[in-house]
Amino acid sequence: MESELSQTIEPVSVTHIEVAHHEPVSTGRPVIFDVQELSVYYDDFRAVRDVTLAVRQNEITALIGPSGCGKTTMLRCFNRMNDLIDTARVEGRILYHGVDLYDHQVDPVEVRRRIGMVFQKPNPFPKSIYDNVSFGPRIAGFKGNMDDLVEQSLRKAALWDEVKSKLKESGMALSGGQQQRLCIARAIAVSPDVILMDEPCSSLDPIATLRIEELMRELVSEYTIVIVTHNMQQAARVSDRTAFFTVDVREDGQRTGTLVEFDATERMFTNPSDGRTEAYVTGRFG
Amino acid sequence: MNATRLGGVDTAAVVRSTLRGRSHDVGGRAFEGLLLLALLVAMAVLVVLLVDITRQGAPLLLERGTDFLTSKTSSLPQRAGIAQGIRGSVTIVAFVILIAFPIGIGAAIYLEEYARDTWFTRVINANIRNLAGIPSIVYGLLGIALFVKFAPVAGFTGGRSVVTAGLTISLLVLPIVVITSAEALRAVPSSIREAGFGVGATRWEVIRSHVFPYAAPGILTGTVLTVARAFGEAAPLVMIGAATGFLSTGSAGFVEQLRGPYTALPVQVFDFSTANLRAFGQHSAAASLVLLAILLLVNGAAIFLRNRYERKW
Repeated sequence: MESELSQTIEPVSVTHIEVAHHEPVSTGRPVIFDVQELSVYYDDFRAVRDVTLAVRQNEITALIGPSGCGKTTMLRCFNRMNDLIDTARVEGRILYHGVDLYDHQVDPVEVRRRIGMVFQKPNPFPKSIYDNVSFGPRIAGFKGNMDDLVEQSLRKAALWDEVKSKLKESGMALSGGQQQRLCIARAIAVSPDVILMDEPCSSLDPIATLRIEELMRELVSEYTIVIVTHNMQQAARVSDRTAFFTVDVREDGQRTGTLVEFDATERMFTNPSDGRTEAYVTGRFG
Repeated sequence: MNATRLGGVDTAAVVRSTLRGRSHDVGGRAFEGLLLLALLVAMAVLVVLLVDITRQGAPLLLERGTDFLTSKTSSLPQRAGIAQGIRGSVTIVAFVILIAFPIGIGAAIYLEEYARDTWFTRVINANIRNLAGIPSIVYGLLGIALFVKFAPVAGFTGGRSVVTAGLTISLLVLPIVVITSAEALRAVPSSIREAGFGVGATRWEVIRSHVFPYAAPGILTGTVLTVARAFGEAAPLVMIGAATGFLSTGSAGFVEQLRGPYTALPVQVFDFSTANLRAFGQHSAAASLVLLAILLLVNGAAIFLRNRYERKW
């Protein structure tokens, strides 16, 4: 399949994709997630096969690829969200600061307190803005000044100025972009180590998308971010490293996601080493 | 006007004729008429029923006023009242609220939020649905076997008592409570659960803080229907020994009364109608009116409560 693609696709100029130039990616940053030959199954169906990659501290790692390539499944392994699906199971290992996340002694609730998540569709609780942010810290036993924490979290999520006068109003009454920033504030409030984002802008308009992207660049100085996105330009704009996934279709029709290439974003978009990556980022495929 | 012309064809005329479509949609109109007829028939039955029992029962209520509500059973039509029936029915509903609601809602939460989707839970689900469809008279049989004839239990219930009635009706409505509560829980979007788990909440915290409050109005609606059902059931009560005819509880204390003979409002309706009709026909209709009024009150209270909770933030 690989050879087929590289034969049919002419070398193309990729200069039309704007790649953000962040500070040069230092390879010396500590590894947060060390994913080793991870496969995810739903019953007997193998959704993702043999993924090996490393997520580094204070970087944005983007997972891109066509629909059904398993990038969301992959993301949901990082905070054991797949545990909520009865039939899901994993093989291989994800080391988080060197600790196997799927060790039977690891409590997924504790994992999720350290590894927060922002979902594809904004999903504020049907409660007040204040309660949305304070819920996480409250159940985690936060003893400090809750008002201050709520304000700080909303400020970090660039939402404070818009909502400071209506904290008691429903989070559901905000616009889509504001709701998503509220969800980011909610994730930040528990002081996580990592924030996972599952296509956080897919239901937002371009202006709201831009705000979230700027926000991600601000947040990455404090947190480690892993983002799934459909949008290659978004990956190019915000991320430091990019993992490109694709779908392998077996002869019997079973579709399995595989990691094609994982590298610094700039390299992935200007000089990828795999023909399939080049075909995808130049819009020839997917 | 400047109608567009293409090759000599008047475009506006052609478009106009096509846009007018089928001005005589006979089938559709006929169907609409049939649906309206169905609605009218249903309403008419209800109106006739209400008018009929009001015509029969209202004079008695007007004549005797609260005396009818506060009098005990009697063989004399001018003295017979429904105080004991109201008392019995209220006690039975209290049992339902104390027993069937916590168990039913608890079972629903377990089934929907904790149990894994296996063949076993599917069998249980299907069986609860079947239980809800079982005729109430069959629950009367169960009540006799379990609470009247089964000695260890009967020693506690006192046999054919209001305790037995309360427990039997609780069993009868339990599957309905489970089903309606489970449906309300299923209607909670999974995104809310994910949001809760996403910030590190345990399953219990997610249920208590997010899932249950969201489902509460739906659960409440189900429980109201259940209370209405508990108020209205007569068949199993007659079977498990609600007193028909004269009933005296004498000077028994509260606990003795719970374990002693009793009657209930719908049983009295039935009872009046089978007694000497000429003497008690009005009583039956009047008791029905009271029963309807109580149901209306309960439903109204529940709708009020639900609207208060349903404030969708």
